[in-house]
Amino acid sequence: MTSIITAVLVLSALSGILTLLLLIAEFFFANYGECTIDVNKGEKSFKVEGGANLLMTLASQKLFLPSGCGGRGSCGTCKCRVLEGAGPLLPTEMPYLSDEEKTSNVRLSCQVKVRNDIRIEVPEELLSIKEFETVIESITDFTHDIKGLRFKLPEGTTIRFKAGQFANLFSRPYDDVKEETSRAYSISSAPSDNKALELVIRYVPNGMVTTYVFNHLKAGDKARLIGPFGEFFLRDSDREIICIAGGSGLAPIRSIILDMIDRGISNRKATFFFGAVSQRDLYYVDEFKAIEKAHPWFRFVPALSKDDSDHPYENGLITDVVARNYDSMNELEAYLCGSPGMIGACCKVLISKGMPEDRIYFDKFS
Amino acid sequence: MDIQTVHPFVIFFAAITTNNILLTNFLGMCSFLAVSKDLKSSLGLGAAVIFVSTCTAPINWLVYHKLLVPYELEYLQYIAFIIVIAAFTQIIEMVIERVSTLLYLTLGIFLPLITVNCAILGCALFLVIRQYTFMQSIAYGMGAGTGWALAIAALAGIRSRMEKKSKVIPELEGAGIALVITGIIAMAFIGFSGIVRIN
Ligand SMILES: Cc1cc2nc3c(=O)[nH]c(=O)nc-3n(C[C@H](O)[C@H](O)[C@H](O)COP(=O)(O)OP(=O)(O)OC[C@H]3O[C@@H](n4cnc5c(N)ncnc54)[C@H](O)[C@@H]3O)c2cc1C
Ligand code: FES
Repeated sequence: MTSIITAVLVLSALSGILTLLLLIAEFFFANYGECTIDVNKGEKSFKVEGGANLLMTLASQKLFLPSGCGGRGSCGTCKCRVLEGAGPLLPTEMPYLSDEEKTSNVRLSCQVKVRNDIRIEVPEELLSIKEFETVIESITDFTHDIKGLRFKLPEGTTIRFKAGQFANLFSRPYDDVKEETSRAYSISSAPSDNKALELVIRYVPNGMVTTYVFNHLKAGDKARLIGPFGEFFLRDSDREIICIAGGSGLAPIRSIILDMIDRGISNRKATFFFGAVSQRDLYYVDEFKAIEKAHPWFRFVPALSKDDSDHPYENGLITDVVARNYDSMNELEAYLCGSPGMIGACCKVLISKGMPEDRIYFDKFS
Repeated sequence: MDIQTVHPFVIFFAAITTNNILLTNFLGMCSFLAVSKDLKSSLGLGAAVIFVSTCTAPINWLVYHKLLVPYELEYLQYIAFIIVIAAFTQIIEMVIERVSTLLYLTLGIFLPLITVNCAILGCALFLVIRQYTFMQSIAYGMGAGTGWALAIAALAGIRSRMEKKSKVIPELEGAGIALVITGIIAMAFIGFSGIVRIN
């Protein structure tokens, strides 16, 4: 009997000592203490608890860097210049940084851990990015896998963004997804409609955020959005425009066209090629047809790649349809939006028709 | 010859060659086979094993001789050694992450693998069975780890060369051919036998 008791006592003592050692180690090593983050040479400065990554730490201080993948290190949108205190460049960041960015201290903020004082530099616009606690005004079924959502901003709040930019939508924990996460969605409403935001969301099977949107959100629910982000917007020039989109890529193009109407830009011809598989994948057709009627500078060209039924639209892959419609594209400017595959294929066609590469703007929905 | 009079350096050397924990005792096989596909990660894992076995061997020696033996609880050695190893790898992980993120990414990610590596536990058990002194146990821990790292680096080197140069029949690809190579390396290590004896 005594031997059993000694065994238990000795083993507990050993575990106790080890636990104590672990706690002491945690206190000394996993505790990074208070760190200071300096933004744009003293323009802003935060005192934060060290230990988390830079992206999340900045977000906790309401400074929101863009983030397409929610901090998983798989999109490369969360770049920011870290002048001091980031530590060595990590293998996880390498694939997303050009040589130029590497030498100018650009880092992926979701991979940089805050372990001491840090000095960063971010574009001025980012300081105006805000977080919005919105209420869902309506959810519309556009096609079998695409929904349109309208989010009402809190009373008295407005948002300023450039048509074409995106916002990040947050999901709350649901089913066996325990954490909150966010994904980028292009804003489909016009900047003049500034008391609300509209998004067009396509269901991705087993996708974390789209499953949440499709199965758990309904009108009247609260939803958190952060934005606006992105470099995809209409450039100031007199050139004729060609827009190409597939699926939910229609969203930012709609915003751009509505914005052109609002701003009275009628000296630029604009053609919108919308690629879909069959008629059931088309949406907003009536609205674009109506715009076409009211504004002679705009043309809407839906193209169906696999639809044998009788329909009034163009037939074939969007790349072929675009190629058919133009002889030369030397003088045009292009805005593309959709899957990386579609964008890659379209770029090839545009370049082969003589469009300079630096006049092709796109947002890859990766 | 009384083992306790053997110089620790001899034990260190023997643990690498004649008594290589992997090639003569075949301990730590699972991570050996899994992580030996390329030289870089095998060196990372090897370094982590050297580190952990060097640190845990003397601690386990102390736990055994100063805690278990006085209370006649030798039969608890397995449990005691395992919790020491588990706690210790956690502490090392924290320290490495603190010191350098780069080192953490090359070394630290392997530490959880090592907690369940039987070579580390085997090392602790051998130093009890062979009745090493405290100094000898440090030398043995370091030697066993180094021997293991050497073996995995050798296998990884051969495997990555074979990937480019040799045709392996499909049935033997992966773990199969790795085991065959390990056998041949082990036979080559028999060449060391007779130089020193520590058991
Ligand atoms: C700048 C930008 C703007 C975007 N705008 C829109 C938009 O307006 N509307 C919209 O619906 N989406 C848009 N996206 C895509 C969106 O951000 C998400 O990636 C997408 O909704 C999937 O998120 P999820 O959490 O449901 O899936 P995840 O949990 O992230 O992914 C689940 C799996 O699906 C794969 N996957 C991810 N995205 C896709 C995809 N698009 N098609 C096929 N497979 C995929 C992943 O590789 C993963 O294996 C945009 C992306 C970016 C970067
Ligand atoms: S948020 Fe996607 S890489 Fe950092």
